[in-house]
Order: sequence, then structure tokens, then C-alpha cells
Amino acid sequence: MLRSRIIPCLLVHNKGLVKTVKFKEPKYVGDPINAVKIFNEKEVDELIVLDIDATRENRGPNLEMIKNLADECRMPFCYGGGITTVEQARKIINLGAEKVALSYSALNNINLCQEIGAIIGNQSVVVVLDVKKKKLFGGYDIYTHNGTKKSKWKPDDLVAKLEEIGIGEIVINSIDNDGTMQGYDTALVENIRKNCSMPITVLGGAGTLDDIKNLISKFKIIGAAAGSLFVFKGKYRAVLINYPNRQERKPLY
Amino acid sequence: MIGIIDYGSGNVQAIATIYKNLNINYQVITKPEDLVKADKLILPGVGAFDATMQQLIDSGLKDKLNELVLGKKVPVLGICVGLQVMGYKSEEGNLPGLGWIAGKVSRFDENKIKFKPKLPHMGWNTINDVQNHKLFEGIDRDFGFYFVHSFYFECEKEHNILTTSNYGGEFTSSIYANHIFGTQFHPEKSHGNGVQLFKNFAELELC
Repeated sequence: MLRSRIIPCLLVHNKGLVKTVKFKEPKYVGDPINAVKIFNEKEVDELIVLDIDATRENRGPNLEMIKNLADECRMPFCYGGGITTVEQARKIINLGAEKVALSYSALNNINLCQEIGAIIGNQSVVVVLDVKKKKLFGGYDIYTHNGTKKSKWKPDDLVAKLEEIGIGEIVINSIDNDGTMQGYDTALVENIRKNCSMPITVLGGAGTLDDIKNLISKFKIIGAAAGSLFVFKGKYRAVLINYPNRQERKPLY
Repeated sequence: MIGIIDYGSGNVQAIATIYKNLNINYQVITKPEDLVKADKLILPGVGAFDATMQQLIDSGLKDKLNELVLGKKVPVLGICVGLQVMGYKSEEGNLPGLGWIAGKVSRFDENKIKFKPKLPHMGWNTINDVQNHKLFEGIDRDFGFYFVHSFYFECEKEHNILTTSNYGGEFTSSIYANHIFGTQFHPEKSHGNGVQLFKNFAELELC
């Protein structure tokens, strides 16, 4: 049987790994390669690495860093950050990543998803939706550039469009819950999933393995991603790369 | 020596790293004329069917591979699309495949997948033995392997099926015909199970 995926999500900022709270206050948590080595040992289901500087600095992906990470990864690896062209996506897959994650460039030009998919296969195209609750009247807005620019896309319309194109995965990242470790925004997931038959990975808010267990028991097959949970330990948020072992994972599925 | 074919399809380095750590002799091969140096070949694959076939044709690898694999019976292991191109054709594209193993590549029928998400079939799935083969010796079937695909190989002959997995029904997750092997999953991204499979492939004695 297919299992849900439990996925550490690592953020790269100034060449180091950081963890943010609500997309702010990046705290240094270590070296990317070192983290990958530890996650290899822990046999993680998959790994997402997002370069949170690239789009804001208006530059392309750091291919050297991606190569170093991909060479080391013994698990599937999804890279996101600064990808704006088919050629960049092709190179990243050639370097050994399984998937490329798009945000701003896809939202700005939705055809890019199809163009990239035609070359690397649609299953390897991931779109990340950084979403934030509206201040009034409920509902959600999508943001880009690390939560600083509001997109004109409404979540429902975007998901419908992506469904039509048929990409590999949608990552729903809750800006409100990022780094809070207070649990996932399951209402948000429910809302998006009702119109979506593509794989979904949820990011933002996981604070305990129970949060992951609850997400999986509610949605059956889903990607449960987390940053803080897998890089911090204890209430003082001491940096410690961690991940449940095979035995500890069994009751979560 | 294990020849890992690099025709721009990705994951070459991940496989090379595994063989390096296993202390097994390997070489990344980019030129068709270098294929003869290898005792066994690995044909990786990430991407769309036609794009992959086109790369094999343009690089001159297709003809040389046919000569070695069909003519000289050099053992080969195809991965993901590297498996799929071993069939006659695919619903994903228009180009003919290599036709090494009788079968075609079809898209999963979404109507049979009774839950969400539907496609792609992505994540860690278990495998079930159809044949007992040394390629899968020492592998934890329940831990399984990592898959990401929307198309699968339909063998015409059951004796070509090595393992199946379940996604809205049983489908073929690895195939073989004497010295030709293919896995729909990605052993290079499947931790210890994958390492074991690459080790087994290197150690296989085939006649």
C-alpha cells in the first residue's frame, strides 16, 4: 500500500539553513549538506529544500548547491527557489532532483508549468502556495516573495487551473502557522482538497508527531511536511535535526 | 564495471554515489563508444517518454544499446522511464520504445483509484514478489520503494513480471527478461532497499 509522506522542509538563506516564524525572524539551524547526511541516516520519506533568497534577490537557483545536495540525497529531493525557465528546471532534474517547486514564476505565467512538464514530466512539477488568512471576511490570499507580495490568484481558481494542467503536486504552506508549532491548518487543506485530485503536501504548523498523525488520519494519503518539528527539540527550540525512525513512524500512517 | 548511462536524464550522480560508497567499480558513461567498457549497464530515467527516447536517439545511444543489450546480452537495469522505454510504445508519447520487453506503457485509470490524490502515484509503496529473483534478495518488501509516475508498464507475458505493487489495483513495479531488468520505482532514492538492489544487480551472475 502507498503510504503518506512525512517530509522535512529546509529553508536556505545566506547559504545556511534557517527556520522562520510566520516567514520572519530566520534563525540559523545549520549547514544544508550536514542536514541531508543526517536525514539520510534517518531514512526520511522525502526532502524539500527551498532557497528563500532567490526570488527576492531576483536571481536564479544556485546550481552548485543543488548539485551538492542531490549527490548526497538517498531520498527524493524537491528543490524550489528562483526557477523561472524551462532550462533551469531541466538542469535541476539533471543534477538529480526529483522535483522542482515553483511559486512566483508559475503564478506569474501559469503556462510555465506545462512548458516545464513537457520536458521533465508533469509529475515532477510542484507548485507551492504560500497562503495567509484574509484579515476580514474569511478566505485566503496567496503570497509570493516570502510572503511580501500578494498574488492576484484566488486559491480556488489557481487550484482549478493546476488541476486542468495536471501537475505533480501542490504544497500548501500556511504563512500564519509557519514556525508556530501549533498544528496544521486543516480547514485550509480541506478547502483546497475538495477541488483537487493531485497530491497535496501540507506545510506550516506541525509541532508534534501527533499533528502529523492527525493530518494523515484525516486525509489518508497526504504529504505531511514540517520545518521546526524536524530541526528543533524541546520548548527552548534547541537545534537538533531529528525524524522518527521506522518503528516510530508506523503508528503515524 | 557498472556503466551508468548519462544521457541527460538525471539521477546519474545519486547512483554513482551509491556505488562509490559500496566500493563497486562504476563509470558514468556519456559517449556511445564507451558503452562497451561496461559489464553491466544502468539506464536511469526521469522525465517524459518522448523526451527520453529523443535523447537516446540524438545521443547515438539507442543503436549502440540495441547492439550490446540484444546482440551481446549485456545486462541492463532501467529505472522509471528507463524501464518504460523498454516497451514498444507509451500512451504518454508518440515515439516507439526500444521494444526489449513485450509490453506497452499505459496511464493509470483514474476511475479505479477510489481516493485522493489520484495521479501521479507518488510516495513509498510496498512490493509483492511475482518471481523469486536474486535482484530482490535482502530487501524489505514492506518498507518498499519510492515511486513517482502516472504511467506503468503492462507486460504482455506474465513471466516478465518480477514484482507488483498496488495503486487502484495491482500494477507491475519491476520487470525482467533474462539479463534485462527494469524498476518503475527509484532505487537510487529508496534508502537501504535501493542500495541493496544496486548491490544485488552488481553481483548478479547471469548466463
